[in-house]
Amino acid sequence: MILNIIVCVKAVPDPRVADKLKIDPVTKSLPRLDIPLVINSLDSHALEAALQLKKKYETQITILCMGPPLAGNVVRECLALGADKGILLTDRAFAGADAFATAYTLAKAIEKNGPVDVVFCGMASSDGATEWVGPEIATFLGLPVVTMVREIVEDQGLDWIVNADFQGGYRKVKLKLPAVLTVTRKINQPKALSFSGIIKARSKEITEWNREKLDIPADRVGLKGSPTHVTDMTDLDSRREVEILEGSLQEKVERLVQILCDAGAV
Amino acid sequence: MVDERISVFVIAEQSDGGIQAVSLQLIGKAHELADELDSKVGAILLGNKLSNVAQRLIEAGATQVFLGDADILAPYQAELYTEIIVKLVDEYRPEILLIGSTFMGRELAPLIAARLETGLTAHCIELEINPEGFLEQRIPAYGGMITIICPEKRPQMATVANGVFSNPLLDSSRTGEIISVDIPEDFPLRTLTLEIVKEEVSGISLESAPVIVAGGAGSGDQDGWQQIAELATILNAGFGSTRPAVDAGWAELETMIGQSGKMVNPELYVGIGISGELQHMVGIVGAKTMIAINNDTKAPIFEQVDYGIVEDCRVFVPALVKALKEKKPYLGRTTL
Repeated sequence: MILNIIVCVKAVPDPRVADKLKIDPVTKSLPRLDIPLVINSLDSHALEAALQLKKKYETQITILCMGPPLAGNVVRECLALGADKGILLTDRAFAGADAFATAYTLAKAIEKNGPVDVVFCGMASSDGATEWVGPEIATFLGLPVVTMVREIVEDQGLDWIVNADFQGGYRKVKLKLPAVLTVTRKINQPKALSFSGIIKARSKEITEWNREKLDIPADRVGLKGSPTHVTDMTDLDSRREVEILEGSLQEKVERLVQILCDAGAV
Repeated sequence: MVDERISVFVIAEQSDGGIQAVSLQLIGKAHELADELDSKVGAILLGNKLSNVAQRLIEAGATQVFLGDADILAPYQAELYTEIIVKLVDEYRPEILLIGSTFMGRELAPLIAARLETGLTAHCIELEINPEGFLEQRIPAYGGMITIICPEKRPQMATVANGVFSNPLLDSSRTGEIISVDIPEDFPLRTLTLEIVKEEVSGISLESAPVIVAGGAGSGDQDGWQQIAELATILNAGFGSTRPAVDAGWAELETMIGQSGKMVNPELYVGIGISGELQHMVGIVGAKTMIAINNDTKAPIFEQVDYGIVEDCRVFVPALVKALKEKKPYLGRTTL
């Protein structure tokens, strides 16, 4: 029996430049096109989890990504890391999707792709910091989910045991495949790209699907399919009257030691 | 006209022998929101051996507590909890449903939202009813605060971290009703939580530390990070981090301060190599003294602190550590 794995991957604005990202107050969305897209770092742990299973079992790994056409580069990178094929969901109609509409679209693509045993997702996205997509995909597919998985303890057959982060420690969960798992950074250490991987990826297939291909009504995708709307953006006034310490390094050190003493820290 | 409906629900969570603090904080907030809607607060509490703690939710401001008290409900079981809560929401149709950003809440909230086909806002730091009667949910993002509403679907759902809202006064003269919820029998569980394993927490708890030293991307590398760690040890401080530091692999996710991490409340905060993104800064609630060390004069953190030091932290921090050690050689030791 072949293990069919979907890894959901988000192409996010490179966090090293994303600091400069500011919401456009007119469109109330993020201008993201001129910032390079990279794999959401938690999703690379999701991919690594799938790759480790591939070492043990006959496994087909499909990368699923929704994003602009440029996100195809991120899918290609995942293929170079060892995934077998890629699906890029790209359509202007998908723009502005919140977690709900995103999860709905991804779930429809997973259904269209065929039988699935495990869906891996990173536990959160670095740009929006929401953690909803994995559990919402599971709900739309009628599958169970375990979030924040830090270790796969037992992965033979269809009855798995995983450990997942929980209040004060972790919980040990028994689950039956097919299922959705979202992973934390603790689960593994993702590998770096290899030259041979990049060469192999050239011959791997990336399928592009748009809304029509997925046969989803227009009011279920993108901004229209999103129950939540951004209505406003305001400044947060957290300003303080700041004193910038002057002088030589040593003078600044001495002054700070005094400030720390006055604050009761020393 | 007074709407006697219960229009604000809170999903409360059991902790060892009590209720999670965030659940009580949310009931307090729910009470304010419900007042504006001329309505009342309902709390849902699932677990076992809860008869003594359900009353606390009433003292905090809930008018009705929907209580599921059974051995099968402890530990937390995602599918069973979702089923029970979705049925309750379908029956009572609240306008608003609030959930703590605990490990349980962060899994349960999206399961419920997707079943109810409604929106869900993550880790809000402000909640307010606007003139149209919608719940405005505010989160920090991209250099400002963004406001999110869920205009058409109900309930309007939000998660909130511990410490965002203050603990409500518990008033034992408040009265309310405790209603037993139906627990489905022989519900097929495809995921079964076998046990919750407790882990020892190392270091000083960020939530209760009077002094917090936090490091960010500007610490440069693992060595720079270790220097900041040493400063934290010397000051007997909690050692916090930012998302870039966690992403770089220097710090554990548990140490991340900010909107999607921990909310902290120290007397003194020292931010090192931290640019001052709001996602981090909103996590420091009401610090009396704030200090920043960063080599970028333009870093936004320099507008949000009391004292700023423009220096490369990899040079400044070792010098500071040396000076502190000379001044007080016993600093940072736990025994003399």
